Amino acid sequence: MRPHAENSKIPRALHCEFPLGRPLGKPGDAAFQIRVLQEAFALLDATEGPVLRDFPETIEDSAAQPLSCQVPPRVNSGQHAVLDEAAGVKPAYERALAESGRTNVGRVVSDASGIPGLLEGMVRIKDGTPWKEAGLPNNDVLEASKDIMSYYEEAAAALAGHIPAARAAETWFFAETEAGQLLKDVRQQLQDDGVPFGFYVAPMTQ
Amino acid sequence: MSDATIRQAVGGMPCPEYENLAFQPSPTLSDATVAVVTTAGLRHDDDPGWKPEDPSFRVFEVDDRALKLGHLSPNFDRSGFAADINVVYPVDRLSELADQGIIGSVAPRHISFMGAQNDTMEAIRMDSGPAMAKALKEDGVDLVLLTPV
Repeated sequence: MRPHAENSKIPRALHCEFPLGRPLGKPGDAAFQIRVLQEAFALLDATEGPVLRDFPETIEDSAAQPLSCQVPPRVNSGQHAVLDEAAGVKPAYERALAESGRTNVGRVVSDASGIPGLLEGMVRIKDGTPWKEAGLPNNDVLEASKDIMSYYEEAAAALAGHIPAARAAETWFFAETEAGQLLKDVRQQLQDDGVPFGFYVAPMTQ
Repeated sequence: MSDATIRQAVGGMPCPEYENLAFQPSPTLSDATVAVVTTAGLRHDDDPGWKPEDPSFRVFEVDDRALKLGHLSPNFDRSGFAADINVVYPVDRLSELADQGIIGSVAPRHISFMGAQNDTMEAIRMDSGPAMAKALKEDGVDLVLLTPV
């Protein structure tokens, strides 16, 4: 952030008012990314430093506006709602994976087949099981939460059919899905139990 | 302003202040070998996961694209990287700039640290940072593009 760049006297810094997580500004927009790089390389013209310039365009995030995409309807009322929902978004997740060849799922599970197990562990925590007994891999609640978030956010992009604005998929997940509500409930449960890391189960924006 | 909540939360956090300025004369861009160093916590599938305040770094060959975002903080957008690796790790953009002769070449290896660090970042400043710089200099890197996450 700008004050940190100023205080640290970074030799050459281009300050960009872009959403966190998108330092080159616009995913899928090569021309825009090239402009950012050209502005950054122009810092090399300075013969004295520190140099701190501002990129002339601002990009806002969309944390206040959930991505417009439909949560698939329930198909198996005999299954826990969150597991049914995760199964429902799986085709979209798999489409996203097939198109990009990449996924951020894989912190505590080897692939998306492990997501239902993570959700089951989170349900146990929400229902009062101590987090160390909930059966999450390595008892790593935080990394499990990020695997769940990535699964849903990547599915959301496929459901929407376009690259989401920054934070829009995240807000959709927490505002409109069973799994998002579950993570918020787990966060609350852990905080109520005095678990220091509980706060980090979900982004502070949510 | 984007990410208002997190900016308010961390805006007042202390960061190191340095007595000496690290400013160096710049290389000629069209001759320069350029590497990306990101703090996004990228890693290969089979790399060890990141730990809190982890000062280590991961090394990627220039053609590596099967990278995962492993940053420990939940407080930034992940969907941009999921859609387009170059919004965090612009190796393809550097390749295009090299093809146009704007930069000299793209480095054979690139680096990721993980940005959730303590206030002093002493281990990076004194140990892993210099080790990373040494590795990049051995690769003939003249210029580093740091993408903060």
